[in-house]
Amino acid sequence: MAEENYSEDQFRKTVRKKTLKSFALFFIFICCVFLGWNWLSHQPKDAGALKPLRKAMDVNENIFSKVFSTSDLEPEYPVSSAVSRVRVNGNYGMKSALDTSSWKLLVVRNADLLSTADTIEISLDEIKKLPKTEVIFNFKCIEGWSQITWWGGVRFSDFAAHYQLGMKSCGIIEKGTEGEECKYAGLTSTDGEYYVGIDMPSMMHPQTILCYEMNGRSLPMNQGAPLRLIIPVKYGIKHLKRIGTLFFSDNRPKDFWYERGYDYYAGL
Amino acid sequence: MKKIERKHPLAIRWFHWINFPVLLVMIYSGILIYWANDIYTIQAGQKIFFAFFPDGFYKTLSIPFRLAEGMALHFFFMWIFFINGLAYVTYTIFSGEWRYLLPNRNSFKEAWHVLLHDLYISRKKLPVKKYNGAQQIAYTAIILMGFGSLLTGLAVYKPTQFGRLTAMLGGYEWARAEHFILTIGYVLFFCVHIMQVARAGWNNFRAIVTGWEVVEENKEEETIIVDGVKEIVNKDND
Repeated sequence: MAEENYSEDQFRKTVRKKTLKSFALFFIFICCVFLGWNWLSHQPKDAGALKPLRKAMDVNENIFSKVFSTSDLEPEYPVSSAVSRVRVNGNYGMKSALDTSSWKLLVVRNADLLSTADTIEISLDEIKKLPKTEVIFNFKCIEGWSQITWWGGVRFSDFAAHYQLGMKSCGIIEKGTEGEECKYAGLTSTDGEYYVGIDMPSMMHPQTILCYEMNGRSLPMNQGAPLRLIIPVKYGIKHLKRIGTLFFSDNRPKDFWYERGYDYYAGL
Repeated sequence: MKKIERKHPLAIRWFHWINFPVLLVMIYSGILIYWANDIYTIQAGQKIFFAFFPDGFYKTLSIPFRLAEGMALHFFFMWIFFINGLAYVTYTIFSGEWRYLLPNRNSFKEAWHVLLHDLYISRKKLPVKKYNGAQQIAYTAIILMGFGSLLTGLAVYKPTQFGRLTAMLGGYEWARAEHFILTIGYVLFFCVHIMQVARAGWNNFRAIVTGWEVVEENKEEETIIVDGVKEIVNKDND
């Protein structure tokens, strides 16, 4: 009897010892989780986002733009599906008055070649002379809502081909760069308050248009008249309204929402 | 006589405890994102019973105006959630643990029995084994839900690149709603899980940390074979 009590005691001691050891390790694990979280939340910021998270966004961009196809088409809908009341979201870059009659699009062929930066001004009438493309797609806002909307304008790739834009050589012959595209396009609103940068494959996507019509009529002022960007493969934050300047560069053009912690790529 | 018996392999304990904080961050950052377009309600006709989420809830957790932060967190921790989940599934397949976890043809009957027992309707004793039918169903369902979150998440994250998937899930808006509903499902699972763990007691909880349980090693022990798995049925234990 005494012996049995002793062994049960022994057993209890063993259990206690083993339990304590495991829970000590478990406690260390919990501490590591808290320390890890604490470390992450105290990292310096890069363009409004914690550095490691910014890095992750760039890795994600690489994965989704290189591993997966970026030439897929966004599904298109019949006109009857398009909403008549198109949501207006964000008026950055549209707060001042604008004289649309004197408006011209300023295009900088290659912003990286400052000395030879060759610029052109294009009027809306000239843009409208190019073949018109319409796109009716589910417009997606980064906030999480979407709307089927109907837009008309010139396909960006048609526009670029017509004016010979987006090439590194931009008219001058530099060895080895003939026919090579710049990596990015940058767009700025007429007042310079809103600006976006977009990778060239997305700009040259067949559904990307320089838009001057909505629901079959002229683009309303609050939707970015005289000319806005419609780029279905990106969130709404990239669909810049009231385009003033368009330029091309190999460096990431500055981007309004990127500076405020959002993903630069913002691709769908 | 009591003895120590192995219950949860080390790998499973790691997967379980890594998943807990990661899922917490995924849900938290998910709420940061959801806030920017918080449209879901429980309603019948025009009558709204509950709107996700009340202002007090947002204020308490300081949710408003943190969409960018939410997205940054969500699209980083999604990788850990995915890799940990994938590792768990791979491990259960190759270690044979799936045999305990997958429901079989007796599971549903047994789960009903567990339900009645846990609601104090039935007094019939529960089978003592690693996972009973209700657990098998719950723990398999939660993995399927994880897979569902992955798919619906991808459909919302890259609706053009994964256009076919998005369409299969009923379109962009539906995929977002499904992603949300699955998350509510996790929260419900979590509540029931905590209650059940609390009821099952210390010995059971300790096992997910230590890996072992203290079991009675005695007279009326009987070994049965269920679907090729050896199980100890202890008649003395409740």
